[in-house]
Amino acid sequence: MRPNRPVYLDNQATTPCDPRVLAVMLPLFSEQFGNPHSVEHAMGRAAEAATETARAEVAALIGAEPREIIFTSGATEANNLAIKGAARHAAWMGNPRRRIITVATEHKCVLESAADLAREGFEPVVLPVRPDGTLDPAVLAAALAEPTLLVSVMAVNNETGVIQDVASLAALAHAAGALFHTDAAQAAGKIGLDVAGQTLDLVSISGHKLYGPKGVGALYVRRRPRVRLAPLLSGGGQERGLRSGTLPAPLLAGFGAACRIARAEMTEDAARITGLRGRLLAALGAAVPDLVVNGDHAEKIPGSLNLTFPRRDAAALMAACPDLCVSTGSACSSAAVEPSYVLRAMGLDPAAAGRSLRIGIGRFTSPADIDYAAAALSAAHNSETPHPVMPASPMIEA
Amino acid sequence: MTYLDANASEPLRPAARAAAVAAMAAAGNPASIHAAGRAARRILEDAREAIAARFGAAAAGVVFTSGATEADALAIAGLGAGRRLIVGATEHDAVRAAAAGAAVLPVDAEGIADLATLDRMLAEGGPALVCLMAANNETGTIMPVPEAAAICRRHGALLHVDAVQAAGRMPLDLAALGADSIALSSHKLGGPMGAGALLLAADRPLPPLIAGGGQERGRRGGTPALPAIAGFAAAARDAAPASAARLAPLRDAIEHAATCAGAMPLGAGAARLANTTCLALPGVRAETQVIALDLAGVAVSAGSACSSGRVARSHVLDAMGAGTLAGQAIRISLPWCADAADMRACIAAYAAMAERLSRRAA
Repeated sequence: MRPNRPVYLDNQATTPCDPRVLAVMLPLFSEQFGNPHSVEHAMGRAAEAATETARAEVAALIGAEPREIIFTSGATEANNLAIKGAARHAAWMGNPRRRIITVATEHKCVLESAADLAREGFEPVVLPVRPDGTLDPAVLAAALAEPTLLVSVMAVNNETGVIQDVASLAALAHAAGALFHTDAAQAAGKIGLDVAGQTLDLVSISGHKLYGPKGVGALYVRRRPRVRLAPLLSGGGQERGLRSGTLPAPLLAGFGAACRIARAEMTEDAARITGLRGRLLAALGAAVPDLVVNGDHAEKIPGSLNLTFPRRDAAALMAACPDLCVSTGSACSSAAVEPSYVLRAMGLDPAAAGRSLRIGIGRFTSPADIDYAAAALSAAHNSETPHPVMPASPMIEA
Repeated sequence: MTYLDANASEPLRPAARAAAVAAMAAAGNPASIHAAGRAARRILEDAREAIAARFGAAAAGVVFTSGATEADALAIAGLGAGRRLIVGATEHDAVRAAAAGAAVLPVDAEGIADLATLDRMLAEGGPALVCLMAANNETGTIMPVPEAAAICRRHGALLHVDAVQAAGRMPLDLAALGADSIALSSHKLGGPMGAGALLLAADRPLPPLIAGGGQERGRRGGTPALPAIAGFAAAARDAAPASAARLAPLRDAIEHAATCAGAMPLGAGAARLANTTCLALPGVRAETQVIALDLAGVAVSAGSACSSGRVARSHVLDAMGAGTLAGQAIRISLPWCADAADMRACIAAYAAMAERLSRRAA
């Protein structure tokens, strides 16, 4: 591998761990190995102190109280817990509402959690989005005419970076007596989130999407008024009974540090990344005149760029640029050959969706990385000989 | 601090630490198809093969989870669907909570499951899932799993084994056990916290508890905890039952000295893990003993870590018929790195504690 290669521009799939995060984690990986639930002895209490510091740091990022944070193994688990947990608890309590509203461009884990609930007698409703990727509040309002238990709309889309107006959507949900959940895996640490101001009931966060470690995440669960959930994992009764299992103290310490850094540097990161995005778009736009930015008219996070190229398939572009890490959609489903369902929901035809690349610029992207990416993609796109389509990797499962 | 609470969490093995830190440098998501993703994928699949090889499973049967609680829950929800549940009386809370409403298989005074009763319970009803741990977390008692597996097979029942405490401390091989699945925890064999696995004997589909994304062959959604999983595999390679046997003389010396100081070992008549002893000190509350030992610089526990702090009576010792001693027993569990100095520190602290507290209790 050459120095500085491959160039990593897939920061929506996962972000590299910040070295400062690693520095916080390392001591917990050596001297301090207690189980954070073994509060009877000093080593356990030291581990517990680390998890509680992390809880406060995660809470601070979204304006929550520490005790409103439930740690999970990641955003996928948090989304499952929020959606299934809220639905099942309401049903147990005799709540007659069965409707669960979500949106066509949500992450697979939200769509599948809602679909799983259909088998338990709930009524999932998947709303369309406008061509710019946002949910029309009038469409949500119409869906809320039927008594609704929960509305789940992501704060920022993982493929396009499009920001939903969660505060307005939450207000609509609340006016109809529904709970509001948002998958903030792509939003947390990138844009300001304020659970009080935006009146959010449930918020999912991921560690590895904000330069923390993989394997941890959190669900914010509002306390006033209290949101009640049925747990997915029972057992030792950790996390106030909402999520059993030993808390991974070293990973959580890293997650907390990542949240602290993101909160302090969000504005600075955003400014720099906006500049890099402009630089990439200017260079690519000059070389590829008919380039289309998907979700162009919506508000987007700075690091995210979803581009439809006029002539080449995305897979061919990726194959022609083996030293450039970009993607055609969500990492989880990036092995699937069909075009992105997110772009299809925004009205792109299958051919255009198939010519679309997701580019994710992050905290550690340099101007040189951007210049390399622009040059490599332009050359690949404008070369006369079409490149072979990348063969399906044998390591990837369906 | 003398750390003798390995059954709550083993100290991280250096090989596991190195593997976890190295995996932290892998920037990619294992589901991505680009170079960074493929590098991450290689770490994940190498770990899967290492775990599979180490515990007698096929790589395709390994489902990585966030830990053993999730692995137990996944097994019980998946294998138990449409079956009645039978769980051992001394199972971990992760199993007991996931198997709400299950019939309870009693144990004898040493904590060993009553297999004649199991045979009768299975003969009496429809298809069942039986949950029986390989070794108990509070007493170290080793269960007769191969024998139970034979009984289950005869009745067409499935068997799930929580092998959290056994893994790395005694020979453990899914195929040899004859079980349908086993649950493992990384941090209980010296790997990082935040990873575990369910090993399936047959490469069967399993409805996911955590849906979305299609990872782990559709059986568990979510980006895997790569560094923790890499460390888990390294720890599993490193944790050899032969070296765990080294702990038996240290444990026996502690047990002997404690007995001389008035303690009554519980479950000591059974085959046990080499690192564990459960010591009742008549008349002295377990919590008081643990606090006294903590102040003396020795970390032990009064039961499983999850329920510690709550200081509930041990359901394990209750099931063994320990009576009032169930609230007066502590667990001493030696970590893989324990040495003679730890043993001596423990003996000195225990003797002093027992002398002071027993006198007060008398």
